[in-house]
Amino acid sequence: MTPKDFLLHYGRQFGTLIGLLGLVIVLWILTPYFLTISNLLNVAQQTSINAIIAVGMTFVIITAGIDLSVGSIVAFSGVVLASALQAAIPLPIAILIGLVVGAFCGLVNGVLITYGRLPPFISTLGMMSVARGAALLYTGGRPISGFSSGFRYLATGEILYIPVPVIIMVLVYVVAHVVLTRTKLGRYAYAIGGNEEAAVLSGVSVKFYKAMVYGLSGMLSGLAAIILTARLNSAQPIAGMMYELDAIAATVIGGTSLMGGEGRIIGTLIGALIMGVLRNGLNLLGVSSFVQQTVIGSVIIIAVLMDMALKKQRK
Amino acid sequence: MKNDTVLELHHIRKTFPGVVALDDVRFELRRGEVHILLGENGAGKSTLVKILSGAYQKTAGQIILDRQEIDIKSPRHAQELGIAIIYQEFNLVPQLSAGENIFLGQEQIHASGLINQREIIASAQGILDDLGVEIEARKAVSELGVAQQQMVEVAKALSLDARILIMDEPTSALTEQEITELFNTIRRLKQKGVSIIYISHRLEELFEIGDRVTVLRDGKYIDTCNIADVSKSELISMMVNRELKEHFPKLRAARGEEVLRVNGLGINGVLHDIAFSLHRGEVLGIAGLLGSGRTELASSLFGVSRIDSGEIYVKGKRQRIKSPRRAINLGIGLLTEDRKSQGLIMILSTKDNICLPSVERFSRIGFVDTREEIQAATQYVGDLHIKTPSLQQQVMFLSGGNQQKVVISKWLCCQADILIFDEPTRGIDVGSKVEIYHLMNRLTAEGAAIIMISSELPEILGMSDRIMVMNQGRIAGEFSAGEATQEQILHYALEGAA
Ligand SMILES: Nc1ncnc2c1ncn2[C@@H]1O[C@H](COP(=O)(O)OP(=O)(O)OP(=O)(O)O)[C@@H](O)[C@H]1O
Ligand SMILES: [Mg+2]
Repeated sequence: MTPKDFLLHYGRQFGTLIGLLGLVIVLWILTPYFLTISNLLNVAQQTSINAIIAVGMTFVIITAGIDLSVGSIVAFSGVVLASALQAAIPLPIAILIGLVVGAFCGLVNGVLITYGRLPPFISTLGMMSVARGAALLYTGGRPISGFSSGFRYLATGEILYIPVPVIIMVLVYVVAHVVLTRTKLGRYAYAIGGNEEAAVLSGVSVKFYKAMVYGLSGMLSGLAAIILTARLNSAQPIAGMMYELDAIAATVIGGTSLMGGEGRIIGTLIGALIMGVLRNGLNLLGVSSFVQQTVIGSVIIIAVLMDMALKKQRK
Repeated sequence: MKNDTVLELHHIRKTFPGVVALDDVRFELRRGEVHILLGENGAGKSTLVKILSGAYQKTAGQIILDRQEIDIKSPRHAQELGIAIIYQEFNLVPQLSAGENIFLGQEQIHASGLINQREIIASAQGILDDLGVEIEARKAVSELGVAQQQMVEVAKALSLDARILIMDEPTSALTEQEITELFNTIRRLKQKGVSIIYISHRLEELFEIGDRVTVLRDGKYIDTCNIADVSKSELISMMVNRELKEHFPKLRAARGEEVLRVNGLGINGVLHDIAFSLHRGEVLGIAGLLGSGRTELASSLFGVSRIDSGEIYVKGKRQRIKSPRRAINLGIGLLTEDRKSQGLIMILSTKDNICLPSVERFSRIGFVDTREEIQAATQYVGDLHIKTPSLQQQVMFLSGGNQQKVVISKWLCCQADILIFDEPTRGIDVGSKVEIYHLMNRLTAEGAAIIMISSELPEILGMSDRIMVMNQGRIAGEFSAGEATQEQILHYALEGAA
């Protein structure tokens, strides 16, 4: 890739990165504690769950879809995983169960959208309610708590001072980047989102790949559920409320277009970090959570407005 | 400045990142004239008129309208100034009715504050009737054919009471008869004092409808002359800066084995009892009017439309072609007539579009070999002279003709050897047309078989080895290349089989 191609490719993400750096500098000036290693690792750890879910969301949005069910899938896979752990099922198998439950819910979304021809909004809105209800039914509304230290290591452990969730997050991003830029699934995701009819006529098995993308989103929600459960040492049927909004926000701030066909995985990481940094900074500054909500909402709107203004300028 | 000059452009320059689309271009438009803009694909014609329609902002230069220097700030502003445009690519809202589209943005409002639907439909119907076309204003645009949609575009521009009307390749999707109707409308508009800027690649048309012509080449102004004072070949050499020897450089290739045979193929109510065969090395031209079932035939061979009866044999084996994927695996490629909605993914890069049907071939265990992709894309961009600043350029920023070449590259890249070309040279300049014909020669020489659907009879006659004429979903007649005449084909296309 020539430098010009690189800019064409990542120009938008570059802008987001500058936004993130600006934010970091402002917070550093306002509260010097912000830029300590321990706080930054803290931010990364807090960001990891949203960042992982946002990867699936990015794939979905690139195909011009949306997944509103991620938060509920986190809750449902979390409680199933927790009950498996408490039934003394070996750790690797329990983890696999968590991932499979998430992937299964996602695939159901995918099948409803492709073969059932439901709009993604409706299908995943339904799943949002179904999975939440299932989590509540499964647990009778009570949390399942108390796990082995081996399992909890997934959230509390460190490797070379770096928290395990952060390592998992980085791995997920590396793999996702490769999948999106180097594999058929990635190529086809962009093609489907860009023009579904043209993709069909170019021989893309649109239904199959779309279903896969929703399955992937579900599976990553399952992964997020594992980390969340390990961190809280408890699986709650009401966990993951509003997660879909955070994931959509991270994706959109990162430059992925809701119209589909456009987006980079690295942008989503930066978007998720912006959300995490903002939350952390506002907490450090002692800003009330009411104000925080308002600020974060405004940031999302401003980010998208700036994005559109930049795009218009290219004309 | 002459008295009847309405618009003057001086030193117009327009740059895009990495591209100089227009450089020091001048242009003058008189009251009541049809002024042709001529140039090869990517010469900058669309860019120039988009500056006038407010879609783009000029980088430098002067626009003088009615002796006043102005800046055209937005499409809305252009409309207020009396400049209307019909784009090369349609800009209609498919879900809305023809009438609603015509008055989109200028809805009459009731005293109650609601839109006056009845009034809209009635006035739209008036404009459509005036145009001499049979379109119901209340019908949804999605139910209209390509030609009818084009007419709705024309009506939309007329509804604005424009003094300057810009038409960017308005006839590329129209039949001969519709073109005649459009020209009548244009003449009527001229009499009313409307000035028309007209872009088309069909040189015959220019002599029929144009008063003056301005030629652009590579974004630069070449010359302006009276149509009456120039010849076709003079215009061509101004455009391409070289002599074009033949318009249809047809070479006959050796006829090889049969690759496709269709027996009794039918789709209820659309296609009836279609039977033909296709051999390697051969171009089968399919002529017919719009709606004669040619495109449906193509989609059924490509696995898009389900067939209700009949058999399809590909390379000797009976096949049920249930999806485009299946068709592609059998070596069939389809160049659709509508490149914007079916052929291309506008938002993706030139490379990604060229390689899309071949991704399977370029992948091992799910991983795409990017180097192979780039190699292939580079080859076709070079082979077909696709004008693009880089492989990464999004195809929406390419000119219409170059977009078409990208679509053709897609099918060459995936090594299809049964190629169905639906209107392959629509919107393509004379130079590139000849390039595409040469390419067809090369493909047939290499053993490919081509089905060429075209509404341009000279092209059908000039490039086919055999010609099939369709009428109302049936094959009305079949000719070998030598024996067909334009009259015969038209006769069968209009009247059906005797
Ligand atoms: N928005 C854009 N961004 C970047 N480049 C552009 C853009 N619009 C046009 N161009 C480039 O400017 C040049 C002129 O394009 P234009 O569409 O005006 O050609 P044209 O004369 O209308 O060709 P055609 O006959 O194929 O329609 C082309 O090289 C094209 O790639
Ligand atoms: Mg053009």
